[in-house]
Amino acid sequence: SFYHWLFAHTTSEIELKTAPADFRFPTTNQTRHCFTRYIEFHRCLAAKGENSGECERFAKYYRSLCPGEWVERWNEQRENGTFPGPL
Amino acid sequence: MKFEWLFLTIAPCDAAEPWQLGFQDAATPMMQGIIDLHHDIFFFLILILVFVSRILVRALWHFHYKKNPIPQRIVHGTTIEILRTIFPSIIPMFIAIPSFALLYSMDEVVVDPAITIKAIGHQWYRTYEYSDYNSSDEQSLTFDSYTIPEDDLELGQSRLLEVDNRVVVPAKTHLRIIVTPADVPHSWAVPSLGVKCDAVPGRLNQISISVQREGVYYGQCSEICGTNHAFTPIVVEAVPSKDYGSRVFNQLIPQTTGEA
Repeated sequence: SFYHWLFAHTTSEIELKTAPADFRFPTTNQTRHCFTRYIEFHRCLAAKGENSGECERFAKYYRSLCPGEWVERWNEQRENGTFPGPL
Repeated sequence: MKFEWLFLTIAPCDAAEPWQLGFQDAATPMMQGIIDLHHDIFFFLILILVFVSRILVRALWHFHYKKNPIPQRIVHGTTIEILRTIFPSIIPMFIAIPSFALLYSMDEVVVDPAITIKAIGHQWYRTYEYSDYNSSDEQSLTFDSYTIPEDDLELGQSRLLEVDNRVVVPAKTHLRIIVTPADVPHSWAVPSLGVKCDAVPGRLNQISISVQREGVYYGQCSEICGTNHAFTPIVVEAVPSKDYGSRVFNQLIPQTTGEA
């Protein structure tokens, strides 16, 4: 049936893929890993432009690693110009 | 059997049995390693206990004042001093070698995981985020996990262990669990999986898990976090990979439809 085909097709789109392990952050503490991925994404945007698709990979990484509340707060700080990181 | 329903319901779940003293069944290589190490160390422990107990009992017996009215003045013995310095130092070496090997293998975080789950501790519930499937910062598969009150428990459910929303993970897959709290220190501990990780405010701690068999695994908060510390359980359900895909898909659709 159509719906069975649709379901079977779209289910396979759930790809089991996430941010890879980074040799810069081999310890249990991954706080700076999340922070670094976030900064890398926004540096990429600044360098390549908002419409470039090349930065989406970094976005995936920081969304996997960072809690939603942290990202929300950082986005707010960026808009206010008070973000502490080296963008 | 009269209580067959009880065992059929509880036996498949990896929860502690009533008054259980030993380990829960291992579901990860890490927990299996911990159990094996415990058995190895216990061997030395029993040997030492028997040996020391024997010496102590002999001393009490042979030097009893009725049996030995004139106390001897034994001051020093070079040979015995050397022996009881060398042998006790060898035993910890035999304990340390497998212990360190296990400890550093548990620290392996460089393997690329397939899934990242964020376990966020609150007073007194848990929030879980699956953010690998986001296409924006707002769209996230997030849910809260509260304990089921004792009054609402159904037959076969465990007191203080059940939650309303379980963490669902695929079996035989490398997982990364990011543990952090939203308020005070908590802990994410699941005995069957051999993990216990503190949630420290302002910090993201990572643990790696590879659940080897499908089942339901129970845990509890292991870092005192306030009045309801005992009422913030953890339930992890390991399912086949294709079932995991279906669940994630079904949960993502309503949000995607809502955005359209």
